[in-house]
Amino acid sequence: MVEFRMPSLGTDMKKGTLVEWKVKPGDHVKRGDIIAEVETEKGVIEIEVFVDGIIEKLLIQPGDEVLVGTPIALIRTEGQQETEIKAAAAEQDEGAQVKEGTESPLQYKACSIAAHRAKEQPEQTREKLRAEAGGEKRIKVSPAARKRAEELGLDLTTVRGTGPDGAISLADVEKAAIAGKPAERKAAWQIPTGPEGADFQLGMRRAIAAAMGRSNREIPHYYLETRIDLSRAVRWLTEENKKRSVKDRILPVVLLLKATALALTEVPALNGYWIEDRHQPVEAIHVGFAIALRQGGLIAPAIHHADLKSLDELMVDMKDLITRTRSGGLRSSEMTDATVTLTNLGDLGVESAFGLIYPPQVALVSFGRITDQPWVENGMIGIRPVVSATLAGDHRATDGRTGSQFLNALHRYLQEAERL
Amino acid sequence: MNAGQTPEPIHMARERDHNHHMLYQMLLIRRFEGKCAELYSSMKIRGFMHLYDGEEAVAVGVMQSLTADDAVVATYREHGHALARGISACSIMAEMYGKREGCSRGRGGSMHLFDDKTRFFGGNAIVGGGLPIAVGLALADKVQKRPRLTCCFFGEGAVAEGEFHESMNLAALWQLPVLFVCENNLYAMGTALALSESVTDITAKAAGYNIEAEAVDGMDLSAVEKAANKAASRVRSGKGPVMLECRTYRFRAHSMFDPELYRAKSEVEAWKGRCPIASFIRLLKEKGMLTDTELHEMEERIAIEIDDAVAFAEAGMWEPVEELTRFVYSDRRTE
Amino acid sequence: MNSIKNTVKMTYREAVREAIREAMRKDERVFLMGEDVGRYGGCFAVSKGLLEEFGPERIRDTPLSESAFVGAGIGAALGGMRPIVEIMTVNFSLLAADQILNNAATYLHMSGGLFNVPIVIRMSTGGGKQLAAQHSHSLEGWYAHIPGIKVLTPATLEDARGMLWTALEDPDPVLIFENNTLYNMEGELPVDAGALDIDHALIRRTGTHVTLITYGASLFKSLEAAEQLSKEEIQAEVIDLRTLRPLDHDTFLKSISKTHRAVIVDEGWRSGGISAEISARIMEGAFYDLDAPVERICGAEVPMPYPRHLEEKALPQVETIISTVRRMVKSNG
Repeated sequence: MVEFRMPSLGTDMKKGTLVEWKVKPGDHVKRGDIIAEVETEKGVIEIEVFVDGIIEKLLIQPGDEVLVGTPIALIRTEGQQETEIKAAAAEQDEGAQVKEGTESPLQYKACSIAAHRAKEQPEQTREKLRAEAGGEKRIKVSPAARKRAEELGLDLTTVRGTGPDGAISLADVEKAAIAGKPAERKAAWQIPTGPEGADFQLGMRRAIAAAMGRSNREIPHYYLETRIDLSRAVRWLTEENKKRSVKDRILPVVLLLKATALALTEVPALNGYWIEDRHQPVEAIHVGFAIALRQGGLIAPAIHHADLKSLDELMVDMKDLITRTRSGGLRSSEMTDATVTLTNLGDLGVESAFGLIYPPQVALVSFGRITDQPWVENGMIGIRPVVSATLAGDHRATDGRTGSQFLNALHRYLQEAERL
Repeated sequence: MNAGQTPEPIHMARERDHNHHMLYQMLLIRRFEGKCAELYSSMKIRGFMHLYDGEEAVAVGVMQSLTADDAVVATYREHGHALARGISACSIMAEMYGKREGCSRGRGGSMHLFDDKTRFFGGNAIVGGGLPIAVGLALADKVQKRPRLTCCFFGEGAVAEGEFHESMNLAALWQLPVLFVCENNLYAMGTALALSESVTDITAKAAGYNIEAEAVDGMDLSAVEKAANKAASRVRSGKGPVMLECRTYRFRAHSMFDPELYRAKSEVEAWKGRCPIASFIRLLKEKGMLTDTELHEMEERIAIEIDDAVAFAEAGMWEPVEELTRFVYSDRRTE
Repeated sequence: MNSIKNTVKMTYREAVREAIREAMRKDERVFLMGEDVGRYGGCFAVSKGLLEEFGPERIRDTPLSESAFVGAGIGAALGGMRPIVEIMTVNFSLLAADQILNNAATYLHMSGGLFNVPIVIRMSTGGGKQLAAQHSHSLEGWYAHIPGIKVLTPATLEDARGMLWTALEDPDPVLIFENNTLYNMEGELPVDAGALDIDHALIRRTGTHVTLITYGASLFKSLEAAEQLSKEEIQAEVIDLRTLRPLDHDTFLKSISKTHRAVIVDEGWRSGGISAEISARIMEGAFYDLDAPVERICGAEVPMPYPRHLEEKALPQVETIISTVRRMVKSNG
């Protein structure tokens, strides 16, 4: 048995209405015979059959409207020559009622009115149209300026635009950064990357000026210092390094870095930012590691998740960071992600350092040179390798008590180097 | 050979084979088109599709005058030309399906059949658009001194296009080897010739370009073949283009979705009475060159060929969508 | 000091002619076809003298039948020739638009890769010679809309001399637009000038403050504007697109990442023109590099008027480029 279906005579034919059957049940039909007339959008079309057989049953009556692909008759075929080709359009429900499309004319109307108005008075009505569209009034910022401000951590509401219609341009952002406009986001560690030279130096100094100027103006610093006996740590490290090849050896500064990161997990208040008059501690510990550049200036790119990394990983990260900092290959996330900064001036012979916090961070940890010093323990005087650790804290965010907890924790971790 | 004498058996056999070949081709076209209508109705084939029923003698008759080296430029009602030119039913059917195995890799569909091996340059669906291309192909042959011609099919509707007149002029002006074949089926879609032309005699237009033209009964295969051979010989002799007007009729609607509001059923029935296939079968039987058994076997072979074509198309692959923008520019540079 | 001169003075017209001559000599399959290319010597005298050298079979005069002779060019290309078809002006090319779009651009695709069409179609374009509303338009941007063809716009003598051969070697249809105000332009061309790349835009002048993106005759207006702007400490980078399809956007996007500002200079109409396309590519590819909205200096949206003062007003001019750039750069501090 073959289902004879409403044929598709064009991609724009969706349905057909039976006008007349040219056959009745029991009639013999041959391939090519006209068996019905169907009314379409284009007019009445004769419908031919593609099999030889006997009409078994007529499934629809004159006047019925059905979708293309709907079975409209059953034909009993003769012999083995039947070639039944199933309808390709599987999505069409058999015998489904015809549904008209329901396109909303309202949308078209709204669009055309808006377009019409825009055409009439493009300049004057732009704001009005925006209001009608429910859009907010928005500061005009060039895309390049927006990108740069984000890099600099600059709050665009504080920048005065000099472009057309008060738009903020790239130059406006650069100017604001130099003038030390209050930045409300991340640290102003962005310095121009690219070829070294006078421009690079100028940009570097300007970036440092902007950040440090702001730090000094805005942040009420408090300072705490402690001296830490590193004899256990140094001993452990010496043993540890004996097991390693020269290139895999760990420097003492890595111990300081890891200990700092771990201490911050215990005193999380020091890890984070002061933004919009609010202390915003951050969970992830990304330690900005201050790196001096040979030609002057410094950058403190972030070592991400320093608390979660092994000493070996930190060593690798640090070497890599130093190389890339000096060759200008830092990633932007490394420039902006630091949640705290560590500076180690010991290599330069400094005993202890009292630096400025990099806004909007709330703490700076400084280490001096590791020196052999007389040390009293249990009433005994001995010579021990000692380092000065200094905390600069933002008094808006934390108090000396918090700072002390941090230094104590730091001290404790450095006595148990093997656990770092 | 003396008239009245019985022809040599070998000659007779050759003639019979030739006639059987032509009959086979006409029947193949007719059955192929019927299958296309069926497949279209069941949505296996989409787009615009124009069937050739009734006009088979034109394509088959004219193709007899061409050699393998000649070029063919056809219209969008070109299934018949493609089959008669020798493109396989399989690759044409796969093209209808839009499959990769199609003669145009599925990218052309019913209206754009192409084949390089038989020098079949489309399948052109812009009325009149193929004529200048035929002129150019012939120009290339003439300049490069290749002894071949370009056969260009077009409908009588194209005669109203500027490209027809420009091309006739150019081909005649440069004495190019083009065989222009006008398939005059009396209707350009739904517009009758008399409603679109001030002069309805197509051959008269050729005269305006000093092109030799002949009108022939396009329902009579032998007449078409004879006229085409004559016209092609003249073209090959280097005397410039020739036009052949084949007066014919399409039995089916213009395209699938056409209720034929513009012509009377009685007119269609009258023309069907002049079916080129039926009359050729009659002729061969009268001449004793065809038996019912032979005809039946022929139909059987054709049914198999078409079943194979459908199976081939069904089994074909879809072009991967990653290949969408391929063939916009050539993959390689030519030499 | 070498006393041997290794450049030769010639006009743009002569550079095109040399390119045609070289191609005809190098490849037997190449021939030139078009209205009045032979006995008349070419509407713009480009092909003057070639008939004598190559004969009427290869320098082929045609009747005024743009559609037929462009179509015949396509057919000849399909038949193994390498035709150069000349259309007098871009406005007349509309009579052959059917052949260019429906045949030349589609055959390769419609045939599933079987038939490529190695044709070159040259035509003059552009205004500036008081030829009024049917001989002065710049429709190359229209043609650049069509996938399947390539659109070249040689502006310099080097490109007039060098792009044709590369176009002829291309397996697909190439349209070459020659701005008619350039034909008389004179300059020095290396004696060994030859085929050039047709796939890339070129930076014709470097700068840091703004990128001028242009092609054709507007290139020279842009260069002139850049020269004057440099006296005001504004350094404009000037990019000659050379080819409108496929559009080499990498070159201008890279430039904008440096300058942060872009001005497009195009003789064509602004609405829906190639300038709109370039602008859209900038939005897609360089939005976050922009420090100012993209500006366009285009042909006025008017059929070209005849009187000189109106025609000048209708075309991009050096002063407009300068004032636009100045406003853009200065207002941004």
